[in-house]
Amino acid sequence: MTVTEFDSYRPPEPPRKRRRGGKGRRRGAGGADGSREMPMVPEPEFTSYYGRPVVKAPPWENPIAVYFVLGGVAGGSSLLALGAQLADLPELRRNSRISAVAAAGVGAIALVTDLGRPERFLNMLRTIKLTSPMSLGSWILAAFSTGAGVAAVSEVDRMTDCRAPLGPLRKVLRAAEHPAGVVAAVFAAPLAAYTAVLLSDTAVPTWNAAREDLPFVFVSSAALASGGLGIITTSVSQARPARALAVLGAAGDLVATQVMERRMDPVAAEPLHEGGPGQTLRWSRRLVAVGGLGALLGGGNRIVAAASGAALLAGSALTRFGVLHAGLNSAADPRYTIEPQKRRLAARRRAGITHDSITTAG
Amino acid sequence: MRQLTEAPDHIAHHEHPRKGFFTDTSICIGCKACEVACKEWNRNPHDSAFELLESSYDNTGSLGADTWRHVAFVEQSGQQIEQARESGRALVSLGMPGIGPPASRPSSAAPGIVPSDTASSDTTPPDTPEFRWLMSSDVCKHCTNAGCLDVCPTGALFRTEFGTVVVQDDVCNGCGTCVAGCPFGVIERRSDGIVAPKTERDFTPGEQAATRNVGVAQKCTLCYDRMVDDQTPACAQACPTTSIKYGDREEMVATARQRVAELQTQGMSEARLYGANDFDGVGGTGSVFLLLDEPEVYGLPPDPRVPTADLPQMFKRAGIAAAGMLAATAVAFVAGGRR
Ligand code: SF4
Ligand code: SF4
Repeated sequence: MTVTEFDSYRPPEPPRKRRRGGKGRRRGAGGADGSREMPMVPEPEFTSYYGRPVVKAPPWENPIAVYFVLGGVAGGSSLLALGAQLADLPELRRNSRISAVAAAGVGAIALVTDLGRPERFLNMLRTIKLTSPMSLGSWILAAFSTGAGVAAVSEVDRMTDCRAPLGPLRKVLRAAEHPAGVVAAVFAAPLAAYTAVLLSDTAVPTWNAAREDLPFVFVSSAALASGGLGIITTSVSQARPARALAVLGAAGDLVATQVMERRMDPVAAEPLHEGGPGQTLRWSRRLVAVGGLGALLGGGNRIVAAASGAALLAGSALTRFGVLHAGLNSAADPRYTIEPQKRRLAARRRAGITHDSITTAG
Repeated sequence: MRQLTEAPDHIAHHEHPRKGFFTDTSICIGCKACEVACKEWNRNPHDSAFELLESSYDNTGSLGADTWRHVAFVEQSGQQIEQARESGRALVSLGMPGIGPPASRPSSAAPGIVPSDTASSDTTPPDTPEFRWLMSSDVCKHCTNAGCLDVCPTGALFRTEFGTVVVQDDVCNGCGTCVAGCPFGVIERRSDGIVAPKTERDFTPGEQAATRNVGVAQKCTLCYDRMVDDQTPACAQACPTTSIKYGDREEMVATARQRVAELQTQGMSEARLYGANDFDGVGGTGSVFLLLDEPEVYGLPPDPRVPTADLPQMFKRAGIAAAGMLAATAVAFVAGGRR
């Protein structure tokens, strides 16, 4: 359609990209040979504004993933600590309490460093908002850290042979440590699970599409990581519950990841398989499987147990890094936003639901 | 959903009607006066080191922390125009709300003109049948159910008495949750500010003024500071073709409906509204658009949904997962408990 002679200098027009969902490129829904009815609404096709992203990726970088890992470790460890407190396993209790508070502390620092204005981190506790997982999470973290902190201080005091000049406060501390351990344990599972909601409650296509099952992946990952840390820090005789938790977590993680990917929108799930994040997640699965097996079979040997624990911790970390970056990638490519949305819109129209489209004829 | 998420009718102030924009892209000439006026009034830094994006005449790229109005330029061939018409016709034949084919609607257009359902009719100049430019000035939608506002943990984002969504610069701690929460990719954390605008009131000539609000989420305020003085937002004020209209939201939606009916009566079956439907995934937008092609052509999401709409279900799943974690720990202690 040359209009003027100068048009010959124009770069060739990019074709309107047409990509169908899923890997298999099926032809349009029949019609040509009359064997099937022509659909009223055409199959979705993918167009974008010069390939630019539709949604924005949040400015979350690796510190956030570190926080997710450590939040999980902290939560799982304080559950182990409570169990050990009830089952009278003092070594496991001590180590788990200290792990919990250390992980929560470092995790909170990682969280703060990812803020645009770190000096305003206390604004997180300015209000309680039920619609904001970040707000609820901050309160969960605060409550958890308080409980875990008191319990850990008491352990540290015992480890240092009560040398700190606490005076009458020591009695208070001893009285408070078990209730504090319970408080920490109450907020432990929410601490491990809310981060999944934090990711899913966004417009980032991959995270949002994983909303049904991501919490299961995250709590499993937390369980296996804290179990793994437990079998590293604690002697074999007392670490058996940690071992069991690690094995259960590893099994849960492998299953939950599979289920999640199968139930997600196939296009939105793609970033979980492709590129760096895909690689990361494949390695995380391998490490979790190896670590889980190691903990199950060789957990009676301190060396094997420690190696398995390390593999599990690394696997858990890679899961969070992989999920974080897969989501960031999915936001950067308009395809992952537009294609699933067009598909669900077309499906609703086919089902006769036409009242809820943002685009209207009038 | 509507119980959990915040919406303009939840607010306590009722002395002001909800304000909004109607951006009629059919008369946008792409002059970018709105972009410039917005930057000047809000003293936003420019967004890049003057790079050329090599795509049409748009070198702004997208909305962001430093760009609160963005004019999209789309060049389209005859085939794409035909596709746009087709998709517009499909909308009409679906009987989308608004309602029914344009002829049956009381409209300002001359009655009795039956919309031609073929593409035979001509479009207005300067478009030709083979080629057209789409220009559209994009802006924050000031959603009825705003994802950004719902997920903000600090309460920095709030609903004003005009029903708009605004960030309080001195409260936001830059956590970035809102960036991910917006289904339209509007809000962003300001990071760079390579060069600051030289418009600070106390600006000393020869000196570079500091960039404001670095590290804080930034987006269109619908010129809140002007609204409280009964002024029109800077972009609408500057728009030479009245493509950007400002007023009470109800009025804007009515104007939009009238205009789209008019265009359809003139045979532009590609005309459609975006955001005028209160039943859509974000409960309708405060900024309504008239588009001449599918939304994604302009970089708008085709079926946005406020993420918090699914939050109760997400909390439920997380609750089950958390219970599972407790159960697993209990099992672990039973299985491996005693020495
Ligand atoms: S368009 Fe995005 S930034 Fe604007 S109100 Fe809606 S959710 Fe918030
Ligand atoms: S970046 Fe600021 S405005 Fe956005 S969610 Fe965080 S605190 Fe709220």
